[in-house]
Amino acid sequence: MSGLFTEAVLVATIAGGIRLAVPLLFASIGEMFGQRSGVLNLGVDGVMLLGAFGGYYTVLKTDNVWFGLLVGVGIGVVLGLVTAVMSVTLKAEQGISGIGVFLFGLGFSDLLFQMWVGTPLPIQAFPKVEIPGLSNIPFLGETLFSHSAVVYIAFAMVPLSMFIINQTNFGMKIRAVGENPEAADSLGVSVAGIRYATLIIGGTLAGVAGAALAIDLKIFQSNLTNAAGFIAIALVYFGAWRPLGVMGGALLYGFVNSIVLQLKTQGIIPRSWSDIAAMAPAVVTILALVVVAHRFKPPAALTKPFERAR
Amino acid sequence: MLFQRGVQGRRLLAYGVPMAAVLFALILGAIMLLILDASPLEGVKAMFEGAFGSSKALTETVLKATPLLLVGVGITIAFRADVINIGGEGQLVLGALFSTFVALNVPRLPAVLMIPLVLLAGFVGGAIWGAIPGVLKAYYDVNEILSTIMLNVVAVQLMNFLLRGPFIDPGEIERGTSIPQTERLTENADLPLLFGSGRLHIGPVIAVIAAIAAYVLLWRTPLGYRLRAVGRNADAARYAGIPVKRTIVLALTLSGAMAGLAGAILVFGSESHRMVTDGSTAGFTGNAGFNGIVAALFGGLHPLWTIPASFLFGGLLVGGNALQRTVQVPSALILALNGLVVIFLVSSDRFKRRLLDRKATGTESELGDDPTGPDPPDPSHPEDSESINLVNRGEV
Repeated sequence: MSGLFTEAVLVATIAGGIRLAVPLLFASIGEMFGQRSGVLNLGVDGVMLLGAFGGYYTVLKTDNVWFGLLVGVGIGVVLGLVTAVMSVTLKAEQGISGIGVFLFGLGFSDLLFQMWVGTPLPIQAFPKVEIPGLSNIPFLGETLFSHSAVVYIAFAMVPLSMFIINQTNFGMKIRAVGENPEAADSLGVSVAGIRYATLIIGGTLAGVAGAALAIDLKIFQSNLTNAAGFIAIALVYFGAWRPLGVMGGALLYGFVNSIVLQLKTQGIIPRSWSDIAAMAPAVVTILALVVVAHRFKPPAALTKPFERAR
Repeated sequence: MLFQRGVQGRRLLAYGVPMAAVLFALILGAIMLLILDASPLEGVKAMFEGAFGSSKALTETVLKATPLLLVGVGITIAFRADVINIGGEGQLVLGALFSTFVALNVPRLPAVLMIPLVLLAGFVGGAIWGAIPGVLKAYYDVNEILSTIMLNVVAVQLMNFLLRGPFIDPGEIERGTSIPQTERLTENADLPLLFGSGRLHIGPVIAVIAAIAAYVLLWRTPLGYRLRAVGRNADAARYAGIPVKRTIVLALTLSGAMAGLAGAILVFGSESHRMVTDGSTAGFTGNAGFNGIVAALFGGLHPLWTIPASFLFGGLLVGGNALQRTVQVPSALILALNGLVVIFLVSSDRFKRRLLDRKATGTESELGDDPTGPDPPDPSHPEDSESINLVNRGEV
């Protein structure tokens, strides 16, 4: 029992939680942009899976993790554009169209993996970047300042997205389009243009999230994300559509996962019960949704395609 | 007369839209085959023969279509009440686990009692797994899309836990192989075969009966009227005195129950007559929980039209396996293809609706048009078209 409270284990748990939060953070910050502009994109998991395969495959072939991440970006941009055409131009029902993207991503990533790779060979991981000075602080240095650059980038997205949404002209338009598209439209804001932009941002970050996940795990397999994309969508609700809230949710989720993992490796819960413990993240997500609902309202135009009154 | 023909032509054209959407997806699938260095022509031939080419192939297709149909019918019921059930996978698993539990515990029951009992157990298991997101949505404002997906994840873990522990075949432990599967379940629970031999059991018949029952429920009973009234306009339904919250719970419960029934049929109609897991849901369900959505959408979210739609998509899945054997293209292609079908169906829905929506036709427009039965008028909203109106979902 005492195994959990040694410093080494504590450091590993916290650092692990931060690492596990990273893909979710990328994906949910991206999803948040779409939702703030009034579009619910349910295809995140599919985009993540394709980004994950693209990233994995590129690193496998080039041994360059940054190329892998870049391919994730490219896949994300394309799928973000596809999502925008569906949800904005063709005004497809948002509750289902994303499920199509999810199924496509689930099937296609598996198909390409079986055709082009077959046996899962491990790939290179992101190099660790020890922040000079800070990484030498006892305890904090190891938990917070000895991660790969991707981790720092992910957390830098939080203040960046806060700034974009709250302080810039673009952010104001996003909010206007998400709350009252008619009013925004009458003031000359292009509702479709703003939604295209947010969905491409969302797609890009989902692609990055997938690539980051695969490279961090150094592996790809069928359904690698295991519904992480959907959890990312839930985290946007959980975070009440605010970057700080979303980050809190991603961290909570990362820590729950990390603690479950440690409990398993330390043998504190018997192996046969590890399946039960693995339910924890999904159950926590549902409970979190229950707690947060009612307190915060989603953007008023969420899921409603915009049509100019004739 | 001329005018009449114009109207009919437009209606026909409207029904052509989903066909064109599916065709377009299939063409993209053929292009994928080309990119993957497989001949599309050979692929299509292999698929068609594998799915419909012989009586054995047809049997496989019908069996594959069965869970799609049941899940699809469940999706339809939920959709009519304006709730989206993405939890088919989890509900299938729960139905299977409940019925397996019964078969393991009262194996000596005679078949006459046993078979209805295991089917009922499946129904109940799925119903519970559907009721949870129903209650969460109706009373706690939790978005059902997210909760049903999360419950899928929980269901897999529960299945893995039970099949590796309490439900495991004692023989597996003795041999030390520990494959996570049950023993061969009691023969009293084997689904009776339709022709006394072969593989075709009563499962497909049950599914078709369920589809007809769902049709009757939705369009011929007060309860169905309430479900559809809530789906059309929850506020109007509330003013009309319909208990909206309870109706939402009921819609998801019934929807889950259909998938649960499919789970029981998967176990007791399987060749091995046991429940097996490979650690993922897909290993047990073959993604029927998701593919059922595709079938329901292609069936226009109408229970009766979901019957031929399921047959088609069942054929696609069986054909996909043939594709893997003959052209060495993994059957994951079919899942990707189904994703494209959903994308094109949903994206083209507006065109179909616009064709049906012309005032001149005077007909109701809807994603799931009801060509076979009359629709009770909705006094509160006479002009409300019955398009699946999922907008205005301001819940968390």
